[in-house]
Amino acid sequence: MEEARRVISVIVLNEASVLSRISGLFSGRGYNIDSLTVAPIPDSKYSRITIVTAGSVRVIEQITKQLHKLIPVLKVYEHADLVEKEMAMVKIPLSESISDIEALAHAYNGRIVNVSSDTLIVMVADEPYRIAHFLEAIKRFHPKEIVRSGSVALER
Amino acid sequence: MQISGAQMVIEALIAEEVEVIFGYPGGAIMNVYDEIYKQNGFQHILARHEQAAVHAAEGYAKASGKVGVAMITSGPGFTNAITGIADAYMDSVPLVVISGQVPMSLIGTDAFQEIDAVGISRPCTKHNYLVTDASDLARILKEAFYLAQSGRPGPVHVDIPKDVTAQIANFDYSKDVELETYKPTVKGNVRQIKKAIEAIAAAKRPLLYLGGGIINANAADLVREFSKMTQIPAVETFMARGTLHHADPLLISMLGMHGSYAANMAMSETDLVIGLGARFDDRVTGKLSEFAKHAQIIHVDIDPASISKLVNAHFPIVGDVKNVLETMIPLAKEQVDPTRYDGWHKTIANFNKLHPLGYTEEGDRIKPQWVVERIGQLLGDDANISTDVGQHQMWTAQFYPFSRPRQWISSGGLGTMGFGFPAALGVKRADPKRVSINITGDGSILMNIQELMTAVEYDLPVINVILNNNFLGMVRQWQTMFYDKRHSSTDLSIQPDFVKLAESFGGIGYRVSTKEEFDAALKDAVEKNVVAIIDVAVNRFENVLPMVPAGGSLFNMMLEYKEK
Repeated sequence: MEEARRVISVIVLNEASVLSRISGLFSGRGYNIDSLTVAPIPDSKYSRITIVTAGSVRVIEQITKQLHKLIPVLKVYEHADLVEKEMAMVKIPLSESISDIEALAHAYNGRIVNVSSDTLIVMVADEPYRIAHFLEAIKRFHPKEIVRSGSVALER
Repeated sequence: MQISGAQMVIEALIAEEVEVIFGYPGGAIMNVYDEIYKQNGFQHILARHEQAAVHAAEGYAKASGKVGVAMITSGPGFTNAITGIADAYMDSVPLVVISGQVPMSLIGTDAFQEIDAVGISRPCTKHNYLVTDASDLARILKEAFYLAQSGRPGPVHVDIPKDVTAQIANFDYSKDVELETYKPTVKGNVRQIKKAIEAIAAAKRPLLYLGGGIINANAADLVREFSKMTQIPAVETFMARGTLHHADPLLISMLGMHGSYAANMAMSETDLVIGLGARFDDRVTGKLSEFAKHAQIIHVDIDPASISKLVNAHFPIVGDVKNVLETMIPLAKEQVDPTRYDGWHKTIANFNKLHPLGYTEEGDRIKPQWVVERIGQLLGDDANISTDVGQHQMWTAQFYPFSRPRQWISSGGLGTMGFGFPAALGVKRADPKRVSINITGDGSILMNIQELMTAVEYDLPVINVILNNNFLGMVRQWQTMFYDKRHSSTDLSIQPDFVKLAESFGGIGYRVSTKEEFDAALKDAVEKNVVAIIDVAVNRFENVLPMVPAGGSLFNMMLEYKEK
């Protein structure tokens, strides 16, 4: 069956064991999680977990149902029409052209956020596929370290 | 009320009207055992192995319909219990399992008898808790009992560090359980039910596919009413045995890998499967693409994750089987014409005539199937029947004349050898007036044989009937059929003297090699009313038939097997 990229949003009780319950559903079935973000929802006892994974329709439907079945899970959004963003930070040697880097970052909703004696850090926030483009483009500035945040998403 | 965590456990169990718990003490759970010693609200039965304690709690739960409770200590006590917990998870048995844990300050330090218990039980429990503060204990225990028996039942594990059982805190058990994130769907969608009834009324060859969820939901009476009213024939899964009375003309038999020819053919020919509390297990369906190929599927289940998991349901109905049937029955009464399926009944009768379930008597040795039938003839409804796992289990499912739900106690999903004897102890405790029989094999019985001691100590006179073929029979059968008779590690010719073994514990043993001896032994064991082993020498190479080879289609059954 055809594998497709999926974004699953899960609203869970903010308690100690909940993340392992969720990741266990994936690992126990041999499915990989491409990215996962968790943060509390302000002024509530819930957190939102955003999971990016790949799988066939059937597999994803089963995972969604199993997620629902977990006691601390309030809601699972899967097919929803989502606005999705990701953030990345890249550390670059100061020897590269700062204005070129600034211009590139600007094209991807980003800017230089830190400059030290020998490196600078540039951040961008955009759709995940655009982050991938940015990371391709930034290669020519010889990045020393790259970190991606994983996706966050909200239903339209 | 300001009391210790250990006292809270006792108070909660009494508040839940628990009459018996099965367990085994140890360092980390000692505070609780000290309180057990001081109370007389419930009985504690000391099993001789933690796995057996959990199986006994399962047997008790399955026979009584109540929540079974098991208590164990940390580390090895807990890891021993995990097989029982996993077994309960696979068969949706309502359990609360309470384990001790090392004190909070030692968690994560590789302390003596420390193991990440909630980490291990997570994938095989409905839910689990690590209690970090005694003031949470009332809420957690109350939730545990609620979760275990509501929705799709299952085991709930509560891990309590030793210092938490010593901690004094406030205990208030009167608050209702409030779980915003857990609201099982009990009532089926009425529009979906109406559509399902229309499909039933229009079907020519409908078939009830009855699963273990019916037993859990206490819905067997309604199923009987529904089938009688509509005259729709039924097949039972292994877990559903006893839903319909064995003599019910509408009951075809069990289906699946060792189901009857008629049951499997009916499933292959039906045009409408009415699945009630069944989960389309691979041992039932065989090759999925060929399963009920001509049929639309109605699937009623409390667990939405079971619906369309393996077989796509045309009419998915999430709900409690009992609740859904209560809605279905009046609708079916109006719309379904019970005379409409006469042709279908004839077809099924023909299947039955063509290849009835049976076996051939030959030679001097007793046939194992005869033993099962004979117990049925002699005890019938007066016995509750537990089994271990293997050939004897399948023969029991095939040949015992079950007449009521909760009469049949077996490990279906996990297939746990060693389940039968401790489970039968729990069954006896739940239903002391009936004879508790464990039909077992010479392999399985040794996996929890130490429970002879428990049976003697607590006067739980289970009768173990060993269908002894000096083999791990089911594996031997597969080796004969599919591995060119290479009987790798399955020959059990070297055996203990089961008679002396039973006697050494204070039980009673019988060695049986003729039918007359068997009748006499069973009669004597029932009369003597102490734990017994009846060691029956049966035909060594008998196979469980019919058989759908793993991955094969239901209609492609092996009906007989000739040694090559």
